Amino acid sequence: MLHQAQIPEGATYAVETCDLVKDFGETRAVDGVSLRVPYGSIYGVLGPNGAGKTTMLRILLGIIDPTSGTRCLLGRDQPIRAAREVGYLPEERGLYPSMQCRDAIGFMGALRGLPLKEGRKRADVLMAGHGLSDWTRKPVRALSKGMAQTVQLLGTIVHNPRLIVLDEPFSGLDAINQGKLEALIRREAEGGATIIFSTHVIAHAERLCQRIAIIADGKVAFEGEVDEARNRLRPIVRLKTRAEDGPWRAAIPASARRDGREWTFELPESGPEPLLEALIEGGAGIETLAIERPGLHDAFVAIAGDSAARAMGRDSVEEE
Amino acid sequence: MRELIRAAYVIGRRDFTATVFSRSFLLFLLGPLFPVLMILVFGGIGSRVTSEAERPVIAVAMTADDFARLRDAHNQVAGAFAGAPMVTLERVEPQADGNALQRRLLVRQKPPVLGVLDGSLAAPRFVGAVNADGTTLRQLRFLIDQARLAETSAKPGGRPLLVTLTGRSAGSLSTARALTARAGQAILFLLTILLAGMLLSQLIEEKSNKVIEILAAAVPVDAIFVGKLFAMLMMSLLGIAVWATAGAAAIAIYATHGVGSLPPPAVGWPIFLILVFIYFAMSYLLIGSAFLGIGAQASTVREVQTLSMPVTMAQVVIFAFASAAVGQSDSFAGIAAAAFPLSSPFAMIARAAESPEIWPHLVAIVWQALWVALILRLAARLFRRSVLNSGPRRKWWRFRKASPSSALAR
Repeated sequence: MLHQAQIPEGATYAVETCDLVKDFGETRAVDGVSLRVPYGSIYGVLGPNGAGKTTMLRILLGIIDPTSGTRCLLGRDQPIRAAREVGYLPEERGLYPSMQCRDAIGFMGALRGLPLKEGRKRADVLMAGHGLSDWTRKPVRALSKGMAQTVQLLGTIVHNPRLIVLDEPFSGLDAINQGKLEALIRREAEGGATIIFSTHVIAHAERLCQRIAIIADGKVAFEGEVDEARNRLRPIVRLKTRAEDGPWRAAIPASARRDGREWTFELPESGPEPLLEALIEGGAGIETLAIERPGLHDAFVAIAGDSAARAMGRDSVEEE
Repeated sequence: MRELIRAAYVIGRRDFTATVFSRSFLLFLLGPLFPVLMILVFGGIGSRVTSEAERPVIAVAMTADDFARLRDAHNQVAGAFAGAPMVTLERVEPQADGNALQRRLLVRQKPPVLGVLDGSLAAPRFVGAVNADGTTLRQLRFLIDQARLAETSAKPGGRPLLVTLTGRSAGSLSTARALTARAGQAILFLLTILLAGMLLSQLIEEKSNKVIEILAAAVPVDAIFVGKLFAMLMMSLLGIAVWATAGAAAIAIYATHGVGSLPPPAVGWPIFLILVFIYFAMSYLLIGSAFLGIGAQASTVREVQTLSMPVTMAQVVIFAFASAAVGQSDSFAGIAAAAFPLSSPFAMIARAAESPEIWPHLVAIVWQALWVALILRLAARLFRRSVLNSGPRRKWWRFRKASPSSALAR
């Protein structure tokens, strides 16, 4: 493993923000955001386009200053002072087109304090690891979009940052490269790095994140563990009976949706045992029964509301 | 501070290598050599410049009547050839020891005297540092003839002007130094106007390919500005080294005594050349940092092109301000031009040609360096506020409100 992240003694959070506000003219892009990202975690920032995710990340990194509120990055109040230990992949990818790939990666490392020579060496290793060894000395302009994105990602981690911030890292990648990126994120986290990424694709957050923040209209609608978000909803029961009617019907909640002999309803507070007992004793004749834990998408809809879920778009569930 | 210098070095190294190792840099090097080539072909520009001196002062140690006739002749000729450069006549009271008076006048500084005309209209004598076949002596002979004509209304009589040439006089030195001052200023101005304008578009590349966000997240904005400024300065100095070599070759070929034939500056050639180097760097950094700050606000090449005209005009005004102070560096205009940061390098190089003191240059260099730092700081702050939208929302030249989506997308 290339890097050995060190957590300062007594420190719990790699990133802490308190009541961050950012106004652009009359528009409040970020409205009282407070977050805590534990060291070594993979943290997802979920929200539709225009929710304020990118602005919040820019504030975290010190690219822009907040109108009010405070932020602390790796124990430093001024994010630029932690810049050597941070890697950042912006939403709008940017590389110098005439630079050779290894130089581009080396340059990004040099910006973060890594000697250029060492950065070039690491670039060769990293590119070989991603099947790009034939491209190390080719100019960036010769790369496909996906390859350029990979080069930029490698430039983001070449200096072994303790904190990696990725803004919509999956956007524009095909399924294979998305899988590779997920694997890379996991590897970096296993190496001790803290990862924050923003996305509007819930599936990525669901697969990768230990903690998430759901942002809508510049506000944090939820902040906590993924399970905590999902646990906000009751499990869903999908039942198909052989009998049309009978005393077992009393066990079915009044809010249940019915489609012939199929029923869908939230698992009652009393749990599955009393429900099963009532169905069996009442002669429902269980043909199929499934108790499903709600997904992060259901939790997102419940937390952020239908309008935010609609704004996330179709690809928020299905991946790009 | 160390981190800022390190980050600036990383940015500057990238910019420098990206520029110098590009094909277009060859054109950049060759472009300014074309005028030098023209000089080589057509020659003589330098010698013409040196003959068109400032109006030399001739001290006239004659009787009041003779001087009045000479002055009348001067007025007639000057009126007939309005606009042509004429010697200036200044009467001094003749003294018993004419030689002592001559010596005293020839070293006088305020105003410096090119030569002394004494004796009488009938038997005039001239002592001074002029060219034996030059304009000054021809004008003097003509004025004497005219003055004699006015006296006799007949063919002028009297003895011809007796001329004694000296190697140097305060006036010839002053004229030569004024020429050096103007040449120094012109070189500084030409180089600055040629090279600093490029800084207007220095951030366009980063803004158009979105690298700016990576830079802004990794290093202080001040470091981006410092790095870019010094990278371009280094590139300019590399170009100047090439051009200077070509220029020196042209001078060596066309000037009779090579570089040594040029009028000597007051501080001497070695120090003067060092000061030319320093003041070019300072003028480049001062004007360049302002250009970098202005250009950083532009979003497109079109905006940069629109900005370049007023910016060039501003440079011309600054140059005119500084050149007005040549020959009067201790006057209000001279001190003002030296104190105003953007014109200071031009004014000070003129001072170096005309005045031997070194300490004003040390003060000026510190003063100019302070302003470079200040302008860069302001430019970086303006960039953060108006381009990165980190602060007040309005662009300084626009009244459109910024929006989150417009930040950095420009």
